[in-house]
Amino acid sequence: MTATRRANLVAAAVLAFSMAGAIATLHTIDRTPRASVTQEALYVRSSTALRRMSLGYTGLLADIYWTRAVQYFGERHHNGSSDFRLLAPLLEVTTELDPKLLPAYQFGANFLAPKPPNGAGLPGSALFLMKYGIEHNPDQWRLYYNLGFLYYTEFKDYAKAADAFAQGAKLPVTSEYMPILAARMAQHAGEFDTARMLWRTTYESTKDAQIRENAVLHLLALQADEDVTRLEQAVEKYREQTGRLPASMGDLERAGFIHGAPADPKGRPYRLTPDGRIEVQDPESLFFITKGLPPGAAPPQPLHQTQP
Amino acid sequence: MNSGRTNANAGNANARIGYIAFNTFREAVRDRVLYNLIAFALLLSGAAILVGEISIDVERLVVVNLGLTAVSLFGVVIAIFIGIGLVSKEIDKRTLYTVLSRPVRRWEFVVGKFFGLTGTLVVNTILMATGVLLALLYVAHKFEKMDAWVLVALYFIVLQFLIVCALALFFSSFSTPLMSAVFTFALFVIGSLAEDLRGFARITPGVGGWIATAVAYLVPNFSALNVISQVAHGDPVPGRLILYNSVYALLYSAMAISGAVLIFQRRNLK
Repeated sequence: MTATRRANLVAAAVLAFSMAGAIATLHTIDRTPRASVTQEALYVRSSTALRRMSLGYTGLLADIYWTRAVQYFGERHHNGSSDFRLLAPLLEVTTELDPKLLPAYQFGANFLAPKPPNGAGLPGSALFLMKYGIEHNPDQWRLYYNLGFLYYTEFKDYAKAADAFAQGAKLPVTSEYMPILAARMAQHAGEFDTARMLWRTTYESTKDAQIRENAVLHLLALQADEDVTRLEQAVEKYREQTGRLPASMGDLERAGFIHGAPADPKGRPYRLTPDGRIEVQDPESLFFITKGLPPGAAPPQPLHQTQP
Repeated sequence: MNSGRTNANAGNANARIGYIAFNTFREAVRDRVLYNLIAFALLLSGAAILVGEISIDVERLVVVNLGLTAVSLFGVVIAIFIGIGLVSKEIDKRTLYTVLSRPVRRWEFVVGKFFGLTGTLVVNTILMATGVLLALLYVAHKFEKMDAWVLVALYFIVLQFLIVCALALFFSSFSTPLMSAVFTFALFVIGSLAEDLRGFARITPGVGGWIATAVAYLVPNFSALNVISQVAHGDPVPGRLILYNSVYALLYSAMAISGAVLIFQRRNLK
């Protein structure tokens, strides 16, 4: 074998080994816990400065900021943090760089307003973001929907929520739920049905996995809350009729107030307590429920969601 | 007898690589552009003092951030501008033919050039780091325990230079100096955004996601080597990260250098 051929073979072997080794090491580095100061610092908050620095490539820069916003929230939420102070500026910079980036508005509506640990607890910032979005995308019904959703869930301002849904309903391309939601807001009627319709519309109007998972959890919680309310009404009617509390679900069934053994959305039967309350068997499995909890228990919150 | 000859050959190869590396270093040190850049880096470190004085309560932070960023950026510029000319300059001046007509193998030439350039950058980094540490001492009046992490950041910067040097040498083994500079600088920028790139890959579904992941893992990862913000806040750097980053930088440099050797071996120099 000539010296040149030997050198070639050694170089090729070193190339293959070092490439495989470098990729494997990089994979290990990715999984090494690090203080992510750079991820949690936002050095440039001015979109005007960023626009100049991007030399016109604002779309790409907006995409980078959008990815950072999703990763920032997903990572901190996954770690159980309650501090999301950079979420609002990250989304603001993203949408100022690219005002047509609709997923950013949807993400903001769902995760800026709710109280920690489910969101940043900044309903004002969420409202500002939605109005900015509508100003730049007046033909997008989802933004009016998100605005109405915010007014309804965070501000309990039914008139403004109805107005937002009604404006969205007038658009050439809209959702069939928009006029119904506008009417329901105007009447304040059927709280469970309205909330269910809102979360279903949220689920159907997005492809974002985090928003969808959040909507599913809320829909399951609504189902459980509604079941508990209905069962406690049945207990009350039973007490009015017989002058005593039912001893078991069987008593309610025999009296004709319910049919079969009622179970929560996860399939576990509801429990009737001796003092006539209805409880879910495993509160930790049903996030966001407000009813059916043991006395003094706080509504369980999801600490570990799917990472983006 | 055979093993004795092999040892002698290996010893000769080491001596030849050392000689080429030393000459590369000497030539680089003679280069006026290099001196200018060092002077500029020191000037920037001096500017850190001024900025530190007009900043309230964040003097140390500003000095570490500005100083280490200057060390990193100027070092990268030096690495690119010297690295891209290492091969082409020797061809233009026809000195390469003189070198290769002696018992010097092509791979020894490439490896020697790499070590020479790396040595130059290590010396430069030590000079610039001295400037940063003096500036730090000036604003803080004393060194603290957390300042030791600044040395780790400087070590990571040197690892960064290893990769940049290897890449510059790789591109210069088959391309013109201008294109080599463009390619190396582009990879430096992409590599600095490597974590964002992998973030994009994670959220991209299907085949596009696979391709993006492959690209994200093939480009150099400079983001893990940048702990400037972290050490500026006095946060410790995990020992495991120091180990993994060292292994990664050595492997990535070895990959680029062996690629350069393979190309240079086949290159027609007539």
